[in-house]
Order: sequence, then C-alpha cells, then structure tokens
Amino acid sequence: MIAVIDYGMGNLHSVAKALEHVADGVPVQVTSDPAVIAAAERVVFPGQGAARDCMREIDEHGLRAAITTAMQDKPFLGICMGLQVLFDHSAEGDTPCLGLLSGEVKRFARDLTNAAGERLKVPHMGWNRVRQTQTHPLWSGIFDDERFYFVHSYFVVPQDATIVTGVTDYPAAFVCAVAHANLFAVQFHPEKSAAAGLRLLKNFVTWQP
Amino acid sequence: MALAKRIIPCLDVTAGRVVKGVQFLNLRDAGDPVEIARRYDDQGADELTFLDITATSDNRDVILHIIESVAAQVFIPLTVGGGVRVPDDVRRLLNAGADKVAINTAAVFNPQVVKDAADRFGSQCIVVAIDAKQTAWGAQPKWEIFTHGGRKPTGIDAVAWAKKMQDLGAGEILLTSMDRDGAKSGFDLNLTRAVADALTIPVIASGGVGNLQHLADGVQKGGADAVLAASIFHFGEYTVGQAKAVMAERGIEVRL
Repeated sequence: MIAVIDYGMGNLHSVAKALEHVADGVPVQVTSDPAVIAAAERVVFPGQGAARDCMREIDEHGLRAAITTAMQDKPFLGICMGLQVLFDHSAEGDTPCLGLLSGEVKRFARDLTNAAGERLKVPHMGWNRVRQTQTHPLWSGIFDDERFYFVHSYFVVPQDATIVTGVTDYPAAFVCAVAHANLFAVQFHPEKSAAAGLRLLKNFVTWQP
Repeated sequence: MALAKRIIPCLDVTAGRVVKGVQFLNLRDAGDPVEIARRYDDQGADELTFLDITATSDNRDVILHIIESVAAQVFIPLTVGGGVRVPDDVRRLLNAGADKVAINTAAVFNPQVVKDAADRFGSQCIVVAIDAKQTAWGAQPKWEIFTHGGRKPTGIDAVAWAKKMQDLGAGEILLTSMDRDGAKSGFDLNLTRAVADALTIPVIASGGVGNLQHLADGVQKGGADAVLAASIFHFGEYTVGQAKAVMAERGIEVRL
C-alpha cells in the first residue's frame, strides 16, 4: 500500500489519482493515521499552502514522528511543501520546520528579471526545465531538461550539496529536487506534469532503494 | 531555457456539455467535457480551464462530477470557475480535483472572499477572474469591471482592481476583455499590457482570439504569462500543437 499523508494542506485528490494511474493495482490510501503510514510500503508527502500552516497542521495531526520515521526507513517522496518543510527553517512566516535535512527555505526576490530585462512573476508558475544534476532511478526514462509544472514562491537551499539531484533556472539556478538514500523530494508537481510527471511517479512506485 | 508561456484551452460548461457563444449569447454545443479535455491534453495543452456558465445554482453538482472524471484521466493543472461565492465553494471544487479555483463576481461584491480563500487554501490555487470593458480611449485609456456576463458596469477601474486582488492574496489573474470576447479580432493588448505591467503575479489573457498570431501577440505585445482561448480549439480550426508551433516560431518559449 502507498500512503499519501493528509494533514489538511492542499488537494490530495490529484496526487492520489495520479499514483493510482501508475501503481498497477497497488492500493493508494490518503491518510492522516500514523499507524497506516507506518504500515505502508511507500509514503508520499505532498502539501500546498503556507509553511507555518503546514507545520501547525503536521503537529495538530500528530504526524511529526510518523513522517520522520517514514523518511528514514522506506521509499519516501516529498512534493512541493513536502520538500520544503523537511528542511530546518523557512523564511515564509519565519517558520521552524522539521529539520530532517539541513538548510533553509528562501523566497524569490520581488524584482526578478531575465537576461532580456523582462520581469519574472512570482509565484513561479508554469512549466520549467529540470536539469538532472545526478543520475537517479527516479529520473529513469525522463529526458534531462524535461519540463515539469511548478507553482511556488519559495525554494530550498540545502547545506549539503551532495543531496541535490535537480535544478531549475528562474533566472538563477535553484534546487528543485533532492535525493538521499530512500528519500526523493521535488519542488514541482509530478502529479500535474503530464507524461514526464507520471513517469517519475511510476519510477517511484517501483523504486527499490 | 526558461519558464514556458502557457496555452490554456477554456471549456465553458453548462448542463454537462461544453458550449461556446459570442459575448455569452447564441450558445453552440461543442461536445463532451471529458472527451474534449483528453483531446487537449493529448495535443499538449499546458493547463485547462473550466467555466461553469450555468445561470442558476440548481445544477452546481454537475460540474463537480465533470471535474472528478477529468481529474482521474488528465494530469495537468485544472482551473474551475463560475458561481464560486464562498470559501466552501472553493473547497468543494478542490476536493473534486480542481487545482485552482477562479473567483469572479463574488470578489466584486465581497473582496474579502479572496483573502479568506487565499488564507485558507493558499494563493497558489486562487485565481481572480476579471471581466473588463474599455470606457475611456485616447492618451489615458481606462477599463472598467463588468459583472453578470458583461452586462452590469461596476464603476471599478480594472487595473486598480487587479492590484487589489493581488494584495488580497490572488495567485493569478484571468483577464477577459468583454469587448473582444467572441469577436475573434485578437486580445485587447492595451488592457493586457496595463494589467500585466502593474502586477507581480502572472496574468492570463483572454477574450478575442481568432487566429494563432493573436496568441503570440498576447505574450509579446500584451505581456501575458499565459493565453486562454476556446472556440479556435473547440471546432477543430487549430490544435494546441499548431498554436505552440506558431509561438515557438515567433521566439516564445513554449513546452513542446
């Protein structure tokens, strides 16, 4: 069974439907029950919204321990806020996060421009290219520089450069994917990234780290 | 190497069917929403927008079923609008599988609903739809917000309104020129430029697309981050793929 952690932050329907689409009959369960998360073979940790709300909901649902354990002992996929809150601290609402990875979450500057001098909007919303900085089983069958769908105003800055596995330019390169042992976490939304996103999810549901 | 400009086919839905009219009149049947959504996904659409144009609240649940069916088969972002009045309407649409919800008339009568919805669900899923008509020309052009399918003026300046919606937490603006809607003469590029330049959030240009050059103009001349069109795609005139090819030829970054 694949558990999708539900802590009241965002639309989990899309994540669950996309996983079901690629899981080859393996049940997908949207849950906020730590026992179900502990029993799952794989765990997906999605999330949308503000960092402070996410952290509050994680604690109100009593999920901190379940997330920490799952991240250490089984295939674990973080998506969007499920990437950001793994780090020490977010500039969004000056929020202490889970501290499972070392580093900060920062906001895009308000006056971004590209090389042509055009203003870049924030949130960074839409399809952008992902440069694979390391080979990884979850990138299998996905072109380097493939486009994925993003919608976010904050990005992670890991302390340990060796966990970085994908970067995107906006306009400077920011980290959009990290990997470590059984953990893979992305800023973009694979569940909304058409064929490339489904391929990444398919790679996740068959991944044997 | 940059963020792609988005092409968003728009499906106006009523009584479970996709329809298209001119300035909200003379509706023509364009087919089954789930089938059309799948076709656009296959053609490479970057997102889809569904507008529930049902006039009464009797059949609101029909759109929920449509979104559920589409979301189980189409894995690109889905925006849904029409009849969204309170944060609970947003919640029901998100639960059905929408990724973003567009708030239109309700925002005009009660701007607080935008803030409440953004606080509760996050700015990333709150789109404010603005229907504007030009009311002054010449050196100082002006556009005014209209409600009720473009029939009722509100006296509100469109550019100032868009800024206010951004401040209240909107994540994106869907900007429709009521003068151009269905007219096939191209976007109102001055309106699009005025709003896009005034905001830091993305702007989707809408209303008036008659050919593929119009889409490219919306980006290059209007400054839009995304372009929305309905009838040029519905009746098989053009595919999304052809639209992207034209935009790419004109040097616009698109997802191919």
